[in-house]
Amino acid sequence: MNIVVLVKQVPDSGLARQLDAQLRVDRNGANNVMGELDEYAVEAALQLKEVHGGEVTVLTLGPGQATETVRKTLAMGADKALHIEDDAVGGSDALATSKILAAALGRLEWDLVIAGAESTDSGMGVMPQMIAARTGVPALTGARKIEVDGTAITVEHQRANGYDVLSASLPAIVSVWDTINTPRYPSLKGIMAAKRKPVETLTLADLGVDAAAAGPAAANNEVLNAADRPERSAGQIVTDEGQAGSALAEFLAAEKFI
Amino acid sequence: MTDILVYVPNSGKHAAEVLTLARTLGDVAAIAFDDAAASLAGEYGATKVYQVEAAGADDYFVDPKATVLIDLARQSTPGVFLLPSTDEGKALAARVAVALENGLLTDVSGLEADGTATQDAFAGSTVVTSKATKGFTLATVKAGATEPAPAPGSPAVEPVAATVSEADQRVRVAERVDEPAGDRPNLAEARVVVSGGRGVGSSEDFALIERVADALGGAVGASRAATDAGYYPHKFQVGQTGTTVSPQLYVAAGISGAIQHRAGMQTSRVIVAVNKDSDAPIFGMADFGVVGDLFQVLPQALEEIEKRKLAKARPGPAALSGAPG
Ligand SMILES: Cc1cc2nc3c(=O)[nH]c(=O)nc-3n(C[C@H](O)[C@H](O)[C@H](O)COP(=O)(O)OP(=O)(O)OC[C@H]3O[C@@H](n4cnc5c(N)ncnc54)[C@H](O)[C@@H]3O)c2cc1C
Ligand SMILES: Nc1ncnc2c1ncn2[C@@H]1O[C@H](COP(=O)(O)O)[C@@H](O)[C@H]1O
Repeated sequence: MNIVVLVKQVPDSGLARQLDAQLRVDRNGANNVMGELDEYAVEAALQLKEVHGGEVTVLTLGPGQATETVRKTLAMGADKALHIEDDAVGGSDALATSKILAAALGRLEWDLVIAGAESTDSGMGVMPQMIAARTGVPALTGARKIEVDGTAITVEHQRANGYDVLSASLPAIVSVWDTINTPRYPSLKGIMAAKRKPVETLTLADLGVDAAAAGPAAANNEVLNAADRPERSAGQIVTDEGQAGSALAEFLAAEKFI
Repeated sequence: MTDILVYVPNSGKHAAEVLTLARTLGDVAAIAFDDAAASLAGEYGATKVYQVEAAGADDYFVDPKATVLIDLARQSTPGVFLLPSTDEGKALAARVAVALENGLLTDVSGLEADGTATQDAFAGSTVVTSKATKGFTLATVKAGATEPAPAPGSPAVEPVAATVSEADQRVRVAERVDEPAGDRPNLAEARVVVSGGRGVGSSEDFALIERVADALGGAVGASRAATDAGYYPHKFQVGQTGTTVSPQLYVAAGISGAIQHRAGMQTSRVIVAVNKDSDAPIFGMADFGVVGDLFQVLPQALEEIEKRKLAKARPGPAALSGAPG
């Protein structure tokens, strides 16, 4: 079974993040890492490969520095990668991104596509469904468990108060939450091996996607303004010297919670 | 007035919020797939309800409803189309966006009549305003965007008969497993949430968190470290990959306040933190913080809460004198 994993490089959520002068995600200032949920997608693909065989290909759309994220997935154990890189892509909206990723998927052979349920930067959580709409394959999104048996795929779709068991036939696309597994760390051997694994880089023209369909001019919405959320005003901090529990109750009473 | 199309799922406060917001923008036409959704739409001021009859739609994931929504959006050419920012709402919105090649704004927390939307970026540390520049405004609305306010009316009901095509039967919902909700209020909608983190240390000790929640009539939440460690079931996780809550009161005990946790609770009105590490980031956002051991602080607070509740329940001295026995 051949699997394509969609990974996106994002600014590290643990550090300060901002929009740049053009009100786009600042990818230069921040330390860039693989999208948090995408690591779980890579791990899910590797685990399926261990059982069913086949190849794991990583697909990313992003600037040159996204190669680092690609290398990490190869070090974890993915077999090869396709990196779509084109200056025309910056400032694209989700619709254009899905068009490009769907075109790239058209050049790869796969039975299953695995994505994160949402990216750590835009956090829209729509790409897997959009790509499904464009490629015409069934989408089983928000999975906490995946099982493949021949051409049948079954996932547990996580909900707030339980889960739904979804079933479909391959080829299909799934997206995963962090409840699905524990991503592995690349081993030293994996890191060395990654250096020899093939990474193909293609442009929009290579994919046959018109550059005019991407970028800010093609986007369907624009960001007008961005501001830091006003800091919550610092409250009262007490150090417990034996009476802070009562003080806490008093605060709750004053705020009318008791 | 602009026509506002709203997808109404069959339950809850979130759907009522979306309808309430929609009403401020124009005449609301609601899409309902069952009677509960249709009556919710009427109660919250829709002027029209598309009452969809699509036998078997619930047996399949996303596709059947997406087809109906796409058709209605095409026919009714709305100025704005709103859905709740739930997994289902986002999946449906994504389908509509691609089918109509129309842009999409997710997780909006506000929307003006001129189409200006407010959205959180970077786990809420940045607030942006944005606007659709082409087509209509297609957006999913975040929970807690507005206070739901009923405005009962008698909407015109337009029945829509839909069939579930074979193409829409690709993803079967083979089984629905609902985990029991218990007696406490629903986490996402609770007025008070009391959450425990890794600092609680064990599943047995989560009983203390439950007791505080019960004393305040609240729901219990947990950090990911606590759910990962098995102290408390995953469905109670608050944060970026768990539930987003926006209660009047959020109590965080033994929680450090990692960005992914803050993403799910930072719009709470009042935040209380108990943590033995004075450098824990949670204190940076707390209205009332106690630097101390939660196993000392919470039992004492509980005792005091119970005392105060009793004092309130007991009639005052004046009333007492006239009361029998
Ligand atoms: C993809 C991804 C998604 C994530 N999503 C979420 C999410 O949705 N929700 C979430 O919560 N996290 C999420 N996280 C995890 C997040 O990064 C943190 O690891 C997590 O929130 C930490 O939980 P914690 O505060 O309970 O644990 P810790 O950070 O270990 O903090 C425990 C705190 O308890 C205090 N403490 C210990 N003992 C006591 C005591 N006796 N009395 C008082 N205080 C005490 C300590 O001082 C410490 O501050 C996510 C991470 C990733 C990578
Ligand atoms: N530029 C991209 N390149 C590759 N995969 C992406 C890209 N953008 C989004 N994805 C995938 O789609 C998932 C959901 O993204 P989003 O809809 O942006 O929240 C991510 O977790 C990735 O797996």
